[in-house]
Amino acid sequence: MEFLIASAIGVMTAAGIYLVLRLRTFPVILGISLLTYAVNVFLFTSGRVIPGAPPVLRDNVTTYTDPLPQALVLTAIVISFGMTAVVVMMGLGAFLGSDDDHVDDQPDTPQDKPEGSA
Amino acid sequence: MSLFFIVALPFFGALLPGLMNPAGRSACAGVTFTVTLAAFVGLLTNLPAILAGEVVTAGIDWMPALGLNFTLMLDGLGFFFALLILGIGLLVIAYARQYLSRDDNMGEFFTYLLLFQGAMVGIVLSDNILLLLIFWELTSLSSFLLIGYWKHLPAGRQGARMALAVTGMGGLAMIGGMLILGQIVGSYDLSVILQNRELIQADPLYLPALILILTGCFAKSAQFPFHFWLPHAMAAPTPVSAYLHSATMVKAGIFLMARMWPVLSGTTEWFIIVTTAGLVTMVLGAVIALFKHDLKALLAFSTVSHLGLITMLLGTGTAFGAMAAVFHILNHATFKAALFMSAGIIDHEAHTRDIRRLGGLRSLMPVTFVIVSLAALSMAGIPLLNGFLSKEMMLEEANHTVLFNSPWLVPVLATVGALFSAAYSFRLISHVFFGPVRDDYPAKPHDPPAGMWLPPALLIIPVILIGVAPFLAEPFVKLVTAAVLGDAAEMPSAHLKLWHGLVPALYMSIIAVVGGVTMLALFKPALRIWDALPRPEAKTIFDALVGATVKLSQALILPLHNGAFTRYAAIGTVTIVVAGYYAWSTGTVGAPMHAMQTADPVLISGWGMLVAATIGMVFLHRNRFLSLILMGIVGLMVSIGFVFLSAPDLAMTQFTVEVVTIILMLLALNFLPNRTPVESTVLRRMRDVAVAVAGGLASFGLAYYYILRDPVSTSISEFHLANSYKGGGGTNVVNVILVDFRGFDTFGEIIVLSIAALLIYALTEALLSGPVRSRLLNREPDQPQAGGVHPMMMVVLTRVMMPVVMMVGFYIFLSGHNEPGGGFIAGLIVSIGVVMQYMASGFSWASARLRYPYHGVIGAGVLAAGFTGIGAWFVDKPFLTSDFTYVRIPPFEKFELATAALFDVGVFLSVVGAVMLSLESFSRLARRSESIESEYPMDIDPSRQDQPPQATQGGV
Repeated sequence: MEFLIASAIGVMTAAGIYLVLRLRTFPVILGISLLTYAVNVFLFTSGRVIPGAPPVLRDNVTTYTDPLPQALVLTAIVISFGMTAVVVMMGLGAFLGSDDDHVDDQPDTPQDKPEGSA
Repeated sequence: MSLFFIVALPFFGALLPGLMNPAGRSACAGVTFTVTLAAFVGLLTNLPAILAGEVVTAGIDWMPALGLNFTLMLDGLGFFFALLILGIGLLVIAYARQYLSRDDNMGEFFTYLLLFQGAMVGIVLSDNILLLLIFWELTSLSSFLLIGYWKHLPAGRQGARMALAVTGMGGLAMIGGMLILGQIVGSYDLSVILQNRELIQADPLYLPALILILTGCFAKSAQFPFHFWLPHAMAAPTPVSAYLHSATMVKAGIFLMARMWPVLSGTTEWFIIVTTAGLVTMVLGAVIALFKHDLKALLAFSTVSHLGLITMLLGTGTAFGAMAAVFHILNHATFKAALFMSAGIIDHEAHTRDIRRLGGLRSLMPVTFVIVSLAALSMAGIPLLNGFLSKEMMLEEANHTVLFNSPWLVPVLATVGALFSAAYSFRLISHVFFGPVRDDYPAKPHDPPAGMWLPPALLIIPVILIGVAPFLAEPFVKLVTAAVLGDAAEMPSAHLKLWHGLVPALYMSIIAVVGGVTMLALFKPALRIWDALPRPEAKTIFDALVGATVKLSQALILPLHNGAFTRYAAIGTVTIVVAGYYAWSTGTVGAPMHAMQTADPVLISGWGMLVAATIGMVFLHRNRFLSLILMGIVGLMVSIGFVFLSAPDLAMTQFTVEVVTIILMLLALNFLPNRTPVESTVLRRMRDVAVAVAGGLASFGLAYYYILRDPVSTSISEFHLANSYKGGGGTNVVNVILVDFRGFDTFGEIIVLSIAALLIYALTEALLSGPVRSRLLNREPDQPQAGGVHPMMMVVLTRVMMPVVMMVGFYIFLSGHNEPGGGFIAGLIVSIGVVMQYMASGFSWASARLRYPYHGVIGAGVLAAGFTGIGAWFVDKPFLTSDFTYVRIPPFEKFELATAALFDVGVFLSVVGAVMLSLESFSRLARRSESIESEYPMDIDPSRQDQPPQATQGGV
């Protein structure tokens, strides 16, 4: 089971990095989202993985998983939504403003950027 | 008056001129004058104590742990400089009132001037060298503003930049030197440092400290090889030149050398460095000054030369040299400030400062002529004026100074310096005022109003007074000299007097004056030779140096940091992987502490879906819509994983966030192209694959290693599990951590989330108020549109569902303390319910029914959380301390009331507000001009009697 979790983290990280290295905003945002999943799961597993022992106190139960990474990851998920939204907004604004959704500055080429245009 | 007030007055006063600007130019100058006068009078109240030989101190501990205390000290030396700064400051302010034209912003000017004045007074009154350094840097900054005051002149901007670069660099060196000095002595208090001469000079770090401190002083006081910035700073308005470049800022380096004289001087290193630099500067400055045609440039280089003279005197390390230096500081400040102001008057009246275009002004500007002549003759070293006395003392001291084993080197060079000094002074008088009256002045010159010539005229009084009756100045000069010497040397017995007998200095003086007259007579051929000589231009060298530094930085930085995000991401990934590998390969890897748990088929199939969807995203990412669906699968699988791995709260959060994220991305995709084109080469994609695989393997290795082992130190989670119910009153430990144990973190996080939402709102506003708006409104949809915009089934369903969603949200919120749930999750669920209304019934319909704006909801949430935290203060508990109790209202079961629930309300409201504000902003972009937005929830409603909306043309 540990192997499965670790390999899932690895696959999501690799896919995330690959997409982050793309040249257009949308795949980069998808890549960042994948990296977010990977990081969140990794942080979560730092509390060890124990099925069937949620950290909700019950009488006569002594085994609980580590609640602290869960609390940290919970806020991380919500914050990452906020940040994704901001990044999407910035990418969208850039695209609407310049009709270009490249991540990097494009070298000015005379045919598609006439002199004097911003 | 307390020293604090003297230092603080100019700083606080600096606020006033800007405020007085609308009240007129005189009010502006008047308030500045009053502030300076108050500080001046405050300084004078300390005169009796100074005359009695006391040292006035004032101080408070600021950061004692760092040795940084706000301690001030006023002794003879400090008093002398403060007197110059404030006294000449008063004259300069009066002069500037007349000098600045109506187009100049006077409030701005006087604000800078007062800032500068405060910083200068701070330097000379500081008792702590760290404090002194702060004021030192402040003078560099404020002088930058003053020099560049005429922002429209390129010369002014360049000169200001050069001054800042040189003096700022010197300041950096000075910080290093001062810190070494403080380390040697073990205290940063000047009064302590000055007592430790032997300790400092015996220390092996004495030489580095000396060189660093002298670099700072030389840079500030324009000593060779840093002399070049001062003439370029002359682009400043003349009052600035008169103030900064004759009397105050350039004397700061001299002041510091005098201040540090007791502990730093007397060694061979000090003698050689300081005397040589001073001597070279003196001769070089004087020679260049003679051949300058710009009045202010001539005066600038003459200032450089005179500063060199003072530096040389301090360098000799004798008590007599120090006394001569102090005396010359006084004399130079008086005649040079008068000369600068007069140069400004000539420029102001004749509209040129070029000596070649002037001449014959004697009869046109008689008052100015008298002032300039007296000041310039004093500068030349003519008897009965104060410049003569200190020059005699300098020549006398030079006569006894043996540099590089050569008894004649210093006297000869000093005489040469004095000769050129006399020559340029004579040239100043004769070429500007004598000769025939010309008819081609750019303006008709005449004497200025009294307000303008009075300040320099007042400065001429001490020039003559001290020149005729030097014994008047003697007690004061000796008082200051005693402060300079400290315990390091005996007070010299010599007196200030006119006639010393037929000593060598007198002959040297005569040679200088006669030589000066001869030079003037031979000026034309000399100028031809001078112009023919190749000379290094300091500004070109400086610019080339700056250019080379910029090139070097670019060469170092640009390959890594060229503005391309893709490159940063690749470099960052590779760096992290390499660093991680290094740590891995050099550390020790322990044996696994846990056995692997078996995986059941359900788990494996979930894993398979996740991996397949992830890999699918990579291969299908060019189809953006499809990759979004695949991302939804990944998120869903992660949520299910959380369920399986005992994290119900996480699962619920991930699941709901997934929904809003996908909605958000869909809204964005509405505008973005639907496909990503193939752009990168195969080679580049292979490189990216390699980087990605390396990163993936590294994170896999890290995660796999980490899951099977325990952390090196025990986790704090045991505490949370044990105290969740006892201390927090809840059985859901995750929620108790969020709202109680780590409530402050959560408080910060909801604020971050709220800021993100407001940022999105602001970006939307910016987009919609710009040129993008019309493009958005006239956008042609790139996908086929569905027939019914608001399908009846969906509208009915979402309406029916809404109360259910609300109730679920309410339940999850309330049960959150003891069961999985809480404010975050409830907020997300309610948001989804509301978003569904927007999707089903349309933007206009939904926003028309919106009672509270989402900004308000966000604000209410943050405030609710904040006030809950503050509530703890009323019972003398720290911020966000929670409390709870159990109550029983019949017929209900016993239930719990916790302040944490109030905090959770805040979390809930901020999450709802933030999510809704973000989504609403996105959907506002989507409104188009030709689209018909119904004010009804449904396109077709059988119960409605009016026309269907296809026929109406409104509602937008």
